[in-house]
Amino acid sequence: MTTPLLTVDNLKTQFFTEDGTVRAVDGISFDVYPGEIVGLVGESGAGKSVATSSILRLVDSPGEIVDGTITFKEKTLFGLEAGPDGEPRPSEEMLTEEEMRKEVRGREIAIIFQDPMESLNPVFTVGGQLREFIELNRDLPTEEAKQEAIDMLREVGIPDPENRYDEYPHQFSGGMRQRVLIAMAIACRPDLIIADEPTTALDVTVEGQILELVAELQEKYDTAFIWVTHDMSVVAEICDRVNVMYLGEIIEQAHVDDLFYNTKHPYTQALLNSIPRPDETIEELDPIKGVMPEAINPPSGCRFHSRCPEAREVCQRVHPEPRDLSANDRPHNAACVKYDVFDVGYDASPPLETDATGGFSAGLTQTESEAEADGGDR
Amino acid sequence: MSRTASESDPLVRVENLRKYYNNDSGLLGGLTMDSEFPFVRRESSYVKAVENVNFDIHKGETLGLVGESGCGKSTLARTVLRLLDATDGSIYFKGTDLTELDGEELRRTRKDMQMIFQDPQSSLDPRMKVGPIVEEPMKAHGMLDPEGREARAKELLEKVGLDPQHYNRYPHAFSGGQRQRVNLARALSVNPDFIVCDEPVSALDVSIQAQVLNTMQELQDEFNLTYLFIAHDLSVIRHISDRVAVMYLGQVVELADKEELFENPQHPYTQALLDAIPAPDPRATDRRTVLRGDVPSPINPPSGCRFRTRCQKLIQPEAYDLAEDEWRRVVEFQRAVKRRNFEEREPSAVRSRFLDDVDLRGEAGRIVTDAIDHIAADRFDEAEALLTESFADQSICAKKEPMYEVAPELAGDRHVVACHLHRED
Amino acid sequence: MSTPHGGDPDTEPTQDSTTTAASGAGEVKSRVGLRYTLSQVKRDTTALIGIYIVGFITLVALFAAIDYYIFDYAIAEAIMYDPERDPDEVNRLLPPVGMENQFGSGVLEHPLGTDHRGRDIFTRLVYGTRVAMTVGFMATAIGLVGGTLVGAVSGFYGGWIDDVLQRFTETIYAIPFLVLVIAFMTAFGRNLTFAMIGVGITAIPVFNRLIRSRVVSIREEDYIEAARAAGVKDRHIILRHIIPNSFAPVLVQATLQVGVSILIVAGLSFLGFGAQPPTPSWGQMLSQSRGYMLPAPTFSIWPGLAILFTVIGFNILGDGLQDALDPRINN
Repeated sequence: MTTPLLTVDNLKTQFFTEDGTVRAVDGISFDVYPGEIVGLVGESGAGKSVATSSILRLVDSPGEIVDGTITFKEKTLFGLEAGPDGEPRPSEEMLTEEEMRKEVRGREIAIIFQDPMESLNPVFTVGGQLREFIELNRDLPTEEAKQEAIDMLREVGIPDPENRYDEYPHQFSGGMRQRVLIAMAIACRPDLIIADEPTTALDVTVEGQILELVAELQEKYDTAFIWVTHDMSVVAEICDRVNVMYLGEIIEQAHVDDLFYNTKHPYTQALLNSIPRPDETIEELDPIKGVMPEAINPPSGCRFHSRCPEAREVCQRVHPEPRDLSANDRPHNAACVKYDVFDVGYDASPPLETDATGGFSAGLTQTESEAEADGGDR
Repeated sequence: MSRTASESDPLVRVENLRKYYNNDSGLLGGLTMDSEFPFVRRESSYVKAVENVNFDIHKGETLGLVGESGCGKSTLARTVLRLLDATDGSIYFKGTDLTELDGEELRRTRKDMQMIFQDPQSSLDPRMKVGPIVEEPMKAHGMLDPEGREARAKELLEKVGLDPQHYNRYPHAFSGGQRQRVNLARALSVNPDFIVCDEPVSALDVSIQAQVLNTMQELQDEFNLTYLFIAHDLSVIRHISDRVAVMYLGQVVELADKEELFENPQHPYTQALLDAIPAPDPRATDRRTVLRGDVPSPINPPSGCRFRTRCQKLIQPEAYDLAEDEWRRVVEFQRAVKRRNFEEREPSAVRSRFLDDVDLRGEAGRIVTDAIDHIAADRFDEAEALLTESFADQSICAKKEPMYEVAPELAGDRHVVACHLHRED
Repeated sequence: MSTPHGGDPDTEPTQDSTTTAASGAGEVKSRVGLRYTLSQVKRDTTALIGIYIVGFITLVALFAAIDYYIFDYAIAEAIMYDPERDPDEVNRLLPPVGMENQFGSGVLEHPLGTDHRGRDIFTRLVYGTRVAMTVGFMATAIGLVGGTLVGAVSGFYGGWIDDVLQRFTETIYAIPFLVLVIAFMTAFGRNLTFAMIGVGITAIPVFNRLIRSRVVSIREEDYIEAARAAGVKDRHIILRHIIPNSFAPVLVQATLQVGVSILIVAGLSFLGFGAQPPTPSWGQMLSQSRGYMLPAPTFSIWPGLAILFTVIGFNILGDGLQDALDPRINN
């Protein structure tokens, strides 16, 4: 097998707030191989966006990467070593902030955001912004950069690119703006593009256009993608491999086909059961009960146990690390103790009273800390 | 879930509804300079947000209204409730024409029709506690005394799946899904018959979406509610609706029973829309045909069928006699020229790219050749005008507004489709 | 129109989780209401200083007003001097206690010295607060009421009403305010009442703009539409939803406006258009001290300091309130 393009190992990013430490990303590991599209799926608050900004070291205060290693093409984007006083400090191989800015961001790893209007400056022309980006990152003279910018616009399917070059972002439709951002992302022929919910704000027909464009470009340039989304349908459509996140952790990691047809983790299963389908009529949806707990005070043991229909007493105590449960040659990791390989006595353990096993309204009230607060208030 | 439409009068009947927005605002809006006396001219342009919409909703059923952003579905919802004044047409609610009512009369009928909004954040006053928010509609309609209202508010909070103890909390203490439940409780407080739901779950996470959708269905069964349910998400629409109306650029292009619409779509736009949704299934291999181009401006919508500028099935004008695939190529060529998104200028290159080197016969062939010559001379505007006038504008799709009814094949008793492919010639 | 997935909250998951977490820790904090505002102000040192200054001056002004309106300077005469009457034996332009100038040396009976007619400067300063504060509050109140009325009607109803009202207030705004006030007083009378009204009128456009912009943006909020859809009367929508939600910036502006009005009326008095002699007012004192800048500089310094102190107090308070009421700043 080829070597991975990007390796994320045990990444932990935490936010230090007045109310305590928010463990937004808590020890995730995954690889991205050249030319593949890797999905990062989860609900709001799962830590997907924090994970991707950690890869580019763009986490803002009060957030901080506190542990883990990120390696990209032999370069250490993030790494720690033990200092003389035993305190961890950035390792010597780790790129400096300037190297990150000059060599990695935009050039080797590009990013596409959800809201194209916020990523484009409304007071400059679309073409001008694209040209400047190319000029800076590829060291081209202005005239060549302009020609390149027009070619890129044509490449991503902007009609009449010569004339639209001089238009402003508000004159573009949402889908067109997202195309411009894609043009910007591929302008430097990066090896990896991080797409952070790029089609969430778009209509289905426009989403279809963008997914088609991405597939074309990916084939042409062989770029790898990390595709961040909450939409399982988009995952099914575009991804090769998928990482499912829940509350800062990756709980299942599999090839897309295995994920949908040989689902291992109860959370993934519940997520799939809760979505209405466009291609068949489902009489009753089976929602995940309760709301996602807060990352500031995650449940003990398996973090999903408070909402899991299959939770047993042991799930409160044992925190499972993902293990390979694959029956074929494709790795399929899941973190659920109900599988025999974990061998923690799941079968013998008594079932747990949870939101999911409780009555109708049980899942709809507060998280634990809020409920306590409520009690104190009365 | 299947509720057969009753034979009796519909609860809501919308007839020829129109809503135009004046595009100019202010005292001097719409004024342009003119070279002749009096040197200024007032020209108003209108955004034709809703154009000639008709539908019925029967008691206890859910009519799904689906369309892409900017198609006018939210405007339609607000016009139906008369939160916006209709430009033309009638809205009958329980037999009364809402467009005829004014002031106090209209306010009183609001007791029977309520609305749920998309954004659970901004639809609750941040400075009001949840209890008073739920009580407000009751208060406005003089229902119950203060104690009675409080008791009812608490009962409703429980009914929508919240803790009645939350009565004294501010909205910001709730998650998005919970706020949407507060919205539900408020809408239900005055015992309405009809609730317009404007994208009520699109701001929520998938798992929360399912919870709220289930609650809405339970409440509908319990209180025999009638929903007009607006969404851009076809999966949600398929799940919750009994009948579905598809909107494009201010018009309903197709309206049929849910099963009929999803399994036997007749309008090319509906077909494209259904084709575009990805299914949560990696083995669903059928390659989606993607709808090209952007939605035209509602200020100056295309004549005839508004979808014709993007339609894959544009009908050939009678003046030409091209084979089907030749006609498709000509249409493709005309749209590419309009969008100017190709680099070729050489006649032979253009011909091979768009026309597969086929020589078209007769009049059509001559026009295409002229257009290709224009392009070679870099006269794009002339090429565009020639092609558009000769082909696109000659189609019946451009000349006449379509509105036909076909026999439903799978379910329901009416299937309305606005497409000339269904004309009886 | 509808935006699909209207701003996915996932873009900043940490922010979301911290704000909900905040409500989970201990009591449930409400980010609204007067008590919350006060608790925020108390946490801000600058705002607290502002409160103390404004509170102190208000107390002094209250004392002066009571003495003036009810006792006709009886208290002043008992413990100090009548601030308006010329003393029998004239000790003109004395310096503050402990200092000397060509007219003599400071005495304890006149701790801040005397003015050109021998009146006690300290007494006149104290009684000058009455004029300053009355003018500041009344002018602001006139501006606030007028501006709120015009702005709320204009913003809520829109259309031609909005156009007419806005063009009218813009006309007022376009005229330099001193010219406007002086013209106004020349027409109606040169006394304090008209000074207040005049300054109040110039403040109308300020409040009008603020209120109108708030109302226009709040009017578009879904909860206003929700109230309309529920059949709530217009009057109740304005009273229960629009006004409470536009309250915060108005309070800040009003606080700042008091300071501004005091400054303007002091300027008018200096020019002879404000309070008429012998009523003690800071602006008039400044004006009277003009001729004695060199021989008795302290005469002009005291009223100057009083004005400075007061205006700064109101500005600090306004800034503090602004921070305290801004929902985006919550630590």
